[in-house]
Amino acid sequence: MSVLAGGPPVQRGAEVLTDHQRRFGAIPPGGARLIEEIERSGLRGRGGAGFPVAAKWSAVAAGRSRRRVVLVNGAEGEPLSAKDRALMCARPHLVLDGAVLAARALRADQAVLYVGSEHRSARNALEDALRDRGGADRIDVRVVIAPPRYVAGEESAAVRCVNDGTALPTALPPRPFQSGVDGLPTLVQNVETLAHVALIARFGAQWFRDCGTANAPGTTLLTLSGAVARPGVVEVRSGARLGDVLGDAGFVAADTSAVLLGGYFGGWIAGDVAPTLAVDAAALRGAGHSLGCGVVAVLSETECGVVATARILEFLADQSARQCGPCVFGLRAVAQCWHRVAQRTVTPDDLVRIGRWTDELTGRGACRHPDGAANLARSALQVFREEFMLHAEHRRCSHQSAAWRAAS
Amino acid sequence: MNEHRLTIDRIRCDGRGICADLVPELIRLDDWGYPIIDARPVGVELTEHARRAVANCPMRALRLSLSNVPEN
Repeated sequence: MSVLAGGPPVQRGAEVLTDHQRRFGAIPPGGARLIEEIERSGLRGRGGAGFPVAAKWSAVAAGRSRRRVVLVNGAEGEPLSAKDRALMCARPHLVLDGAVLAARALRADQAVLYVGSEHRSARNALEDALRDRGGADRIDVRVVIAPPRYVAGEESAAVRCVNDGTALPTALPPRPFQSGVDGLPTLVQNVETLAHVALIARFGAQWFRDCGTANAPGTTLLTLSGAVARPGVVEVRSGARLGDVLGDAGFVAADTSAVLLGGYFGGWIAGDVAPTLAVDAAALRGAGHSLGCGVVAVLSETECGVVATARILEFLADQSARQCGPCVFGLRAVAQCWHRVAQRTVTPDDLVRIGRWTDELTGRGACRHPDGAANLARSALQVFREEFMLHAEHRRCSHQSAAWRAAS
Repeated sequence: MNEHRLTIDRIRCDGRGICADLVPELIRLDDWGYPIIDARPVGVELTEHARRAVANCPMRALRLSLSNVPEN
């Protein structure tokens, strides 16, 4: 029993309420004690930051307010991620169960389903599911559309979008658990996390821990893309060997130069190292990597890592909310340096400054957008060092030079 | 621990750079004039200077705070 595996195939569309209840049973009563069960389960957030769920819920519950809000985060603005959409489309009732259980545990009387504007079918599935449930949940649920922008899913941006329609990060504090939607203590929780909550509430913390590793229990959703024969969303046991997961998707190690793990805010890992790693958020964090939101993108041997990195940094610079100077100017400058490296027109000045500019991004935005970009750039410098130097000093690319021109 | 730290509202800050003039021991500017703040606690000997930098920030972006809200 898990959030996706074991049920009807994702491609078949939304599991209807009667099927959902036949498989999982009715939604349990839950209540404040669910927080303790979640604490015992060791569940961590699946939106990217991996924050312990029970700690987050306790912080919201501690807020001195008679009303609270649950904000269900299905913005999924990461271009390489599709797992939240897959879940909303295929298991809308599991997501809604999780949202209702969170609301009951925190004594919230309203939930907001925050769904990316481009995720039409996910939104439809959730709205259909809400209709099927009628008013049985006795909680006010509404849908708010997230604009198609990378930072729209960031917690404070999600809250602000619900409040005034502007999906831009705000200065912290106050954090959403202190003052969020309508100024009320607000839980912002990723849809996959809530689906796991729905199962933990039914089957218990021990059941959840029976799968996965001690520090990263349960299963996790991954979005596989790039140089694999069968890309798409898979659910794997935490601790599974990444090489096995990719092997099942038809990946050939010899044809791979690197793997981007964790999405655009994650990092590159060399093609011979990645398959040996375990899909274990805690262990990866310990090793200086990040599972992030579960993106695994495989770079084929025929693609240039320097070019790929330059493209991602350009995207991230374009996606800046343009509110903080270091992100507006610093991130753009780093992206432009990488662009010149990729085009083999980099200047000696660029090479002197690129490292410092990258380091100066960290910790200098209202949100972590510049930090994420810096992590990506640093990992690229490590993994693609030789290729980088080939571009910078010898003005050569070991891949087909046409690739950059053809695709740009 | 009663430690003072300089923090900045990055959205408000527009890089005037006055803070770096007033307390260069703790604040320097990046290539675009935006402050880079020393993450360490503000020592007693610099507290007065830090306070003056806070008071003179035209955007009211700089703060000297006692407690540090942990990042999550």
